[in-house]
Amino acid sequence: MRSWRLPAVALLVLVVAGVAAFATGPYPISPPALLASVLARLRGADPVLLPAAEAVIWQVRGPRVLAGLLVGAALGAAGAAYQSMFRNPLVSPDILGVSAGCGLGASVAILLGLPMVLVSLSAFGTGLVAVALVVLIARRVGDQDPVLVLVLAGVAVGALLGAGISLVKLLADPSVQLPSITFWLLGGLHGVRPDDLAAAAPAVLLGITALLLVRWRIDLLTLPDDEAASLGVAVGRLRTGVVVAATLMTAAAVAISGVIGWVGLVVPHVARLLVGPTFSRLLPMAILLGATFVVIADTCARSIAPIELPLSVLTAVVGAPFFLWLLGRSRGG
Amino acid sequence: MSVAPGRSEVLEASRLVIGHRGRPLGDALELRVGAGEVVALLGPNGCGKTTLFRTLLGLIPALAGQVTVAGQAIRPGPRAAIAAAVAYVPQAQGGVFAHAVEDVVLMGRSRHIGRFGQPSRHDRAVARTALERLGISHLRERPITEVSGGERQLALIARALAQQTPLIVMDEPAASLDFGNQRLVLREIDALKASGVAVLFSTHQPEHALRVADRVALMRAGRMIAAGPTAAVLTADALAGLYGLDRDEILRSLPALTS
Repeated sequence: MRSWRLPAVALLVLVVAGVAAFATGPYPISPPALLASVLARLRGADPVLLPAAEAVIWQVRGPRVLAGLLVGAALGAAGAAYQSMFRNPLVSPDILGVSAGCGLGASVAILLGLPMVLVSLSAFGTGLVAVALVVLIARRVGDQDPVLVLVLAGVAVGALLGAGISLVKLLADPSVQLPSITFWLLGGLHGVRPDDLAAAAPAVLLGITALLLVRWRIDLLTLPDDEAASLGVAVGRLRTGVVVAATLMTAAAVAISGVIGWVGLVVPHVARLLVGPTFSRLLPMAILLGATFVVIADTCARSIAPIELPLSVLTAVVGAPFFLWLLGRSRGG
Repeated sequence: MSVAPGRSEVLEASRLVIGHRGRPLGDALELRVGAGEVVALLGPNGCGKTTLFRTLLGLIPALAGQVTVAGQAIRPGPRAAIAAAVAYVPQAQGGVFAHAVEDVVLMGRSRHIGRFGQPSRHDRAVARTALERLGISHLRERPITEVSGGERQLALIARALAQQTPLIVMDEPAASLDFGNQRLVLREIDALKASGVAVLFSTHQPEHALRVADRVALMRAGRMIAAGPTAAVLTADALAGLYGLDRDEILRSLPALTS
């Protein structure tokens, strides 16, 4: 059976990327040392490595790698769901304004000098509010082409929120707050603590579970509304459910990592080229590739330059040319 | 399963007023389709055919009057019940995603598959049977975006067949197809009828109605101007009135018509 071979390879690549992440950095952890420490922890035995190595694994790099997995999986899965639902392989999870909403919430919180926990919470909350607003506006505007109305409402609300972010940047203290806001808006996993992970993971898992449950029906959303309805699908309700699930996990991811571009656009696209558009096969692949992409990008972000690079810069530098190459290849072949 | 036309109606629309957002586009519409009967709907562009079909499929509400399919009142509401009564074959379009032909046909099983469910072995068997009946089993694994227009149309008919309804509504099933594929689609409509499924289809080609329809309804500017057995209704005079053309001109291009 070919159906499990590609996901198995993708899983293997993800594991290698994770192990490589631990082995990279100013205090490299070799794979055997990592395995020994993890096994000891699982058995409940005493730590086997030097305290410094244990700290690097469990407090510094571990949370970071897990955050990369979580954020990448969330963005990949949400992107796959949105691309199917909007019948467009070129949309990303922030099409309905979730990233702009999160960005404004985080910027305002940073401007007010709130602690990082509240910055994340504020980002998460405004992200959800932004999408709720878009969905409500789209409902009021009309029913001619619900998908188009939703996208246009998302563009408008996103632009408004973007203006808000610009205003906050203008008001921010240029020596302390502005760099902090800018770095947040470009995304990064350097500040992620175990508590953040524990808070974001349930939201991401809930969203992924919801998508898994309706995975067969999501393919029906790729049809025009009239066709899907004639086949017996409650199109409006299903679409709202998918928006809620995808928004929940995107907002949770963005809240702990900041805005990371390109993942939600490129990853589902690559996954579709590998396993086809059937959502039940696409979703696991998008989750695995998303996690792998972010873990690798984060490893590079903290190791290829003397200073830490923002993740969005790296994902764009890698993602954009790769995407163009893919487009050229699929047209040609 | 053959039932004499008129004895058992699978679709019945009476005193139907159709339109969008309260604005009527057609009224006093009467339409009947008997069990296992093929009915063709002809009319110029903009006469209200699409709005009528959307109303018959329960996608938009009737402004007045009522539609029943297989004894069940059709109105916007729970979709599964409507999908059990009537299947819809749209004009074949490309689609965005390259789903395999078999997966597209499997979508016809939606009403049988729970909200959180997956297609069962039975669903897959029904889909394969539908593919076989339309003679496109060899296309099973081909992406729907890469097969020809005619093959795509056959796949959509197979999808409707997998839905297992007493009535299939087809929107210009032979439009934008080449001559060979048009014949193929007409032959399938004949085959559906032979298996007891009723078909209501719209067409711009009177010869297609002549070829497969038991009865014909002529629609113009939101009204049914004639309906009845094909030979009786589809005359050169009727077509001349329907399309605002000269009678002799119609006879010249459609010599098969009775004058």
